[in-house]
Amino acid sequence: MIQLIDVTILAGQFALQNVSFEIPSGRYAALMGRTGQGKTTLLEAICGLRKVTSGKVIIDGVDVTDWSPSDREVGYVPQDLALFPTLTVREHLAFALRLRKQTSLQIRIRTDELAELLHITSLLDRHVKHLSGGESQRVALGRALSFRPAVLLLDEPLSALDEATRKEMHGLLKQVQQSTQVTTLHITHSTEEADALADCRFSIESGQMQTTD
Amino acid sequence: MPFFLVMGGVSSCFILLIVLMLAADVMFTSVGDFKTALIKPEIQAALKLTMLTCTASAILSLWVAIPLGYLLSRFRFPGRWIVDTLVDIPIVLPPLVLGLSLLILFHLPIYGWELERWLRDDIGFGVTYRWPAVVLAQFSVACAFAVRTMRVTFDQIDPRAEDVARTLGCSRAQAFFKVALPQASRGMIAATTVAWARSLGEFGPILVFAGATRMRTEVLSTTVFLELSVGELNAAVAVSLIMVVIAVIVLVLLRILGAGPSQ
Repeated sequence: MIQLIDVTILAGQFALQNVSFEIPSGRYAALMGRTGQGKTTLLEAICGLRKVTSGKVIIDGVDVTDWSPSDREVGYVPQDLALFPTLTVREHLAFALRLRKQTSLQIRIRTDELAELLHITSLLDRHVKHLSGGESQRVALGRALSFRPAVLLLDEPLSALDEATRKEMHGLLKQVQQSTQVTTLHITHSTEEADALADCRFSIESGQMQTTD
Repeated sequence: MPFFLVMGGVSSCFILLIVLMLAADVMFTSVGDFKTALIKPEIQAALKLTMLTCTASAILSLWVAIPLGYLLSRFRFPGRWIVDTLVDIPIVLPPLVLGLSLLILFHLPIYGWELERWLRDDIGFGVTYRWPAVVLAQFSVACAFAVRTMRVTFDQIDPRAEDVARTLGCSRAQAFFKVALPQASRGMIAATTVAWARSLGEFGPILVFAGATRMRTEVLSTTVFLELSVGELNAAVAVSLIMVVIAVIVLVLLRILGAGPSQ
């Protein structure tokens, strides 16, 4: 569950005032709104990369407002994916598991499981520099899901993909969400994408949050 | 076509100047001069000290340049512009002034206490006019160049990857060591190269702060000066060419290393 209570974020001239919303556990929410409305800022506040000026960020019933990003257990896929150029696909999937001191066997089992779910088994030993847009997208998704986070935040993950790959990724995201039941907040400009994936929808207009359905 | 003629013509002037200078040196000297220079115990000692001090100052420069370059690149903190300006001072300061400043720093009495005396008498590690002064004089300039190189390197690395690493469970330090630093490997090699090359060419601060005592604080750049001062022009040119050869070998090796696995 993701809950924001009266969250205000000030970033230079930009301000998001008293934003409140709740996404129940296991739901897939789409966050829409025009460019520059603060959607990415909101996602960064949820995963702890941006400080909130006031209000509360609650994840699975726990107030994490003052927690560091590393303690929040939030899977985050930024718009530019930000893959680690020096690592292979397998190392991406194992990155968070190694930090959690899991055994080699546990890491192997989890990376294989994720690779199968995301259809990237054949890419496991490849360096990420040589991947296509869709493949990179899957790796970023796998990296974010690897440690079984409480929630998953996706910042326009499909915007740079071609039509066919995007359709394919719709199916994959739906499948991932159904099999992991991770609470998901997905930023998108596409109504079609929101229709295909989300079971609840929010939008930001002039710094104010609205539930659209 | 005229575009390339003009651009190529102007560019070749500089290249030609360097080539002609080196060619003149080669034509001036002979194999015999090289042999004479290389069998001199003073020059052998200077060569050894040069290699050791340049390597030491380059490694020290990299150790300082990595954290400082990273902080300047990633964070906005009070007094950042002052730090940024101070880093450039050794680059713009006349070399003799830098050496003089080091000398004054180590010998300035502060209420009866003196840094050099304390280091020599209490710690047992005298600096001035000894080999550590050579390293410190080289480091003072080389580090400034290394910091600039590392800062540009970190500027070119997307900080988003470190942000994502933190959401995956990394502390700031882990994000730096596991994500940023591996991406900076080529920048680190470039910074080491620049620092090593600067150290090799350093002369003014070494002369003032470390002196030019044969077999003790003499490095190749001071050898050229010492040989010239006693009228041994042939030996001075031979040593100059030895420096050119060493510089080329080290720079090529570091370039090969830098263009290795990450390319």
